[in-house]
Amino acid sequence: MTAANHMPSIEILGLEKTYQVGFWRKRPKLALKPLHLTVNEGEIFGFLGPNGAGKTTTLKMLMGLVFPTSGAARILGMQLDDPRMKAQIGFLPEQPYFYDYLTGRELLNYYAQLSGVAAKDRTRRVGEMLERVGLKDAANLQLRKFSKGMLQRVGIAQAILHDPKVVFFDEPMSGLDPMGRREVRDLMEQLRQDGKTVFFSTHILADAETLCDRVAIINQGELRGVGTVADLTASVQSKVEIVWSGTALPVAIKSLHAETKASGETTRVVVQETQQDAVLEILRREHLRLISVTPVRTSLEEYYVGRVTPPGANGAKAGGLA
Amino acid sequence: MTRTAKVTLSASLLLALCTATSVLLLRHVDQVRPTATLDEVLYLPSPKIVKRLSLGYDGLMADIYWTRAVQYFGGGHSQGATEFKLLAPLLEIATTLDPHLIAAYDFGANFTAPPLPNGAGEPEKAIALTEFGIRNNPNEWRLYSNLGFIYYLEMKDKAKAADAFFHASKIPGAHPFMILVAGRMAEHTDDLETARMIWETAYESSKQPEIRANAGAHLRAIVVDEDVTALETLTAKYKDLTGHFPAHFSDLEAAGLMRGTPIDPIGHPYKLGAEGRVEVVDPDNLPFIQKGMPPGYVPPAKPKFLPSDASAK
Amino acid sequence: MNIWHIARNTFREAVRDRVLYNLIAFAVLMSGAAVLVGQISFGIERLVVVNLGLTAISLFGIVIAIFIGIGLVSKEIEKRTLYTVLSRPVQRWEFIVGKFFGLAGTLVVNTFFMALGVFAALLYVAHAFHKPDAWILVALYFIILEFVIITSLTLLFSSFASPIMAAIFSFALFVIGTFAEDLRGFAAMTHGAERWLATGMAYLVPNFSALNIISLVAHEQGVAGSLIFYNTAYAMFYAAMAISGAVLIFQHRNLK
Repeated sequence: MTAANHMPSIEILGLEKTYQVGFWRKRPKLALKPLHLTVNEGEIFGFLGPNGAGKTTTLKMLMGLVFPTSGAARILGMQLDDPRMKAQIGFLPEQPYFYDYLTGRELLNYYAQLSGVAAKDRTRRVGEMLERVGLKDAANLQLRKFSKGMLQRVGIAQAILHDPKVVFFDEPMSGLDPMGRREVRDLMEQLRQDGKTVFFSTHILADAETLCDRVAIINQGELRGVGTVADLTASVQSKVEIVWSGTALPVAIKSLHAETKASGETTRVVVQETQQDAVLEILRREHLRLISVTPVRTSLEEYYVGRVTPPGANGAKAGGLA
Repeated sequence: MTRTAKVTLSASLLLALCTATSVLLLRHVDQVRPTATLDEVLYLPSPKIVKRLSLGYDGLMADIYWTRAVQYFGGGHSQGATEFKLLAPLLEIATTLDPHLIAAYDFGANFTAPPLPNGAGEPEKAIALTEFGIRNNPNEWRLYSNLGFIYYLEMKDKAKAADAFFHASKIPGAHPFMILVAGRMAEHTDDLETARMIWETAYESSKQPEIRANAGAHLRAIVVDEDVTALETLTAKYKDLTGHFPAHFSDLEAAGLMRGTPIDPIGHPYKLGAEGRVEVVDPDNLPFIQKGMPPGYVPPAKPKFLPSDASAK
Repeated sequence: MNIWHIARNTFREAVRDRVLYNLIAFAVLMSGAAVLVGQISFGIERLVVVNLGLTAISLFGIVIAIFIGIGLVSKEIEKRTLYTVLSRPVQRWEFIVGKFFGLAGTLVVNTFFMALGVFAALLYVAHAFHKPDAWILVALYFIILEFVIITSLTLLFSSFASPIMAAIFSFALFVIGTFAEDLRGFAAMTHGAERWLATGMAYLVPNFSALNIISLVAHEQGVAGSLIFYNTAYAMFYAAMAISGAVLIFQHRNLK
């Protein structure tokens, strides 16, 4: 990972979007409150939130597909409609659909043309891409015959074939089997190693946790938290898992109302770190044999749930989590 | 300026420019079209075929052909056309598609029958058209009036004209002049008063600007003819009294024969010519006059009797 | 350059969409007509073949122009294929112009093959070509100008309306445009405020009447060079007008 750089890759300066819905009497519908966000060069940045939170709206505004109601943004220091900027970014939309009458090779060739890849490099580049995403055998197959996984792969290929500096993925893992998801994760790692910036939106927290340098959490059009995974999870109290042999559950421990589970010959309980010593003391008093004490790595999910819970409801999970 | 603003501005300018140019070019195309086709004949299909192709929308197609007939005549007239071969066929198609299109019969009577360049010069076709109209609209007095109009003015057949006007007068709602005109025809009274009544009927019973303008011009010509006749009677009397022709109208006034200066229907004073002749000063704007033309006057190839002629000079 | 790439891709899409199969239907029609005509009508075989052939070319082409044209933009938005195109250094106006040339090019190619068919049928019934037959080429050229205008209009409608509405508008304008001259005649007979309104509309409607010289060339007549010039200029400017409109609309459209 690189040290602090002079210029952030992506600067979102108060982008806001309000739609006017309705045919005759237009009512405003807020899709995104003014968003302020910065993404640094060379980092993998995760943009998390449930469906309808405003992730896709943000991406579309960055791509120039939708016009912000107010606010601005810069990518690589350039305006959103600057063709020089667009030549250096790649975009994979959610559940993409491509010209199904073209073959894989023709499609990538077309996109290469539009991205300004020089004619003499095109064939080579397209071939490399097809190989890299594992579509070499399907190069001459019409896209209408592609499976969903293959479409996702060709989508990634078109996003990176012109060697962009910043890549934007909208839900890149959606609809993929675990194998496919692994491949996409590996690819994003590779991109980071190549010095590229990756900005991707998802609602699958596990992926974000393993991949991202930093994440932002957005809900109902509003930013709810941004920072490294470590920083964010640090704010949530850590837990420990304590396992002892036997199925006895001392009343003292039961009264903690902690998560307990008896399986076979052992019992385990998960308590706050601060309660660890108390529990160990109880076990000692009851002469129960301790097997293990393991810190439970606080997941991003805990943090997420805390942020995404709608105001008013307590402890209930917000919708749309994977 | 942002890129979007630049594109918006350019596209807006282009839109405005191209719209204006398209409209201008269209006017040119309209002008070029009639002469662009080497032969004037536009190969009109027969009325039966048009009826079949109309797919039941006869009324609309009739209106379209009717409009075309009006435009054809007006356009040809303003370009000084020397023939109007398509007028009768266009009207025929229009009336085949809609036999109750009275306006078409009116137009046919007024402009198919008169000789060139006042009309298409095809009175027989005009008669056939009118008779077809009568068969399909037996209670339209105007059609009988049109028939009489044609017979009297173009075919010079007073008997048939009288017959037609008589038929017209029998129909309830007919113009009161009808019976009078019928009577005059029957008595072979061939005077300006008869002509005036016919033209007044035409003027009052039609709403079409072309027909009214034409009738107006004819009525003005009748006034001129009457005025000139009356004035020349006076100058002849003056000659009897004094032995020479008057030089000015004031002379006539001095002789007690008339008062004031006579004005023609378009507001110009009459002029006293040599030998007691009375003339109009602007004959170009008084088509159809039989009297009062200056000596050696040649009427223009394009007589002015349509509304479009008023705007042109 | 982008315009060229987009145009070529649009052409490729039309071809692979099996649009050119209409040529088969056309070929069948022409052959059948050529054979039948020889049997039925004496002395006017040439007339019928030219009338039928050129009218069919015109109608087939208009239908294709409308059916493909209405989807040019709306289909791409609906299917979201547009997203990956516009995120590249492709300007929105380049996209519109490219689509236009792609479809226009498709129609020109289509017309070319159909023209071959008509000339073949003509040869069959007349056994030789005569000098006036050259005017058929002018008629074909005017038909292509008609296509240029209709394509630009369907593109304009496609940039903001759903495919069905765009089809209805385009077809309506085609019919009205055929009677454009008569519309101007109607307008001339109205008065006052209606006259301004009617005249304005009559002049904005595409003028197909001047572009239809099928009857004329069927009778072996020709037209003046000035008409060819003015019609060409008119078609160019009219198409540019419609495309500018499409660009303006598309430039400000939020692609949901």
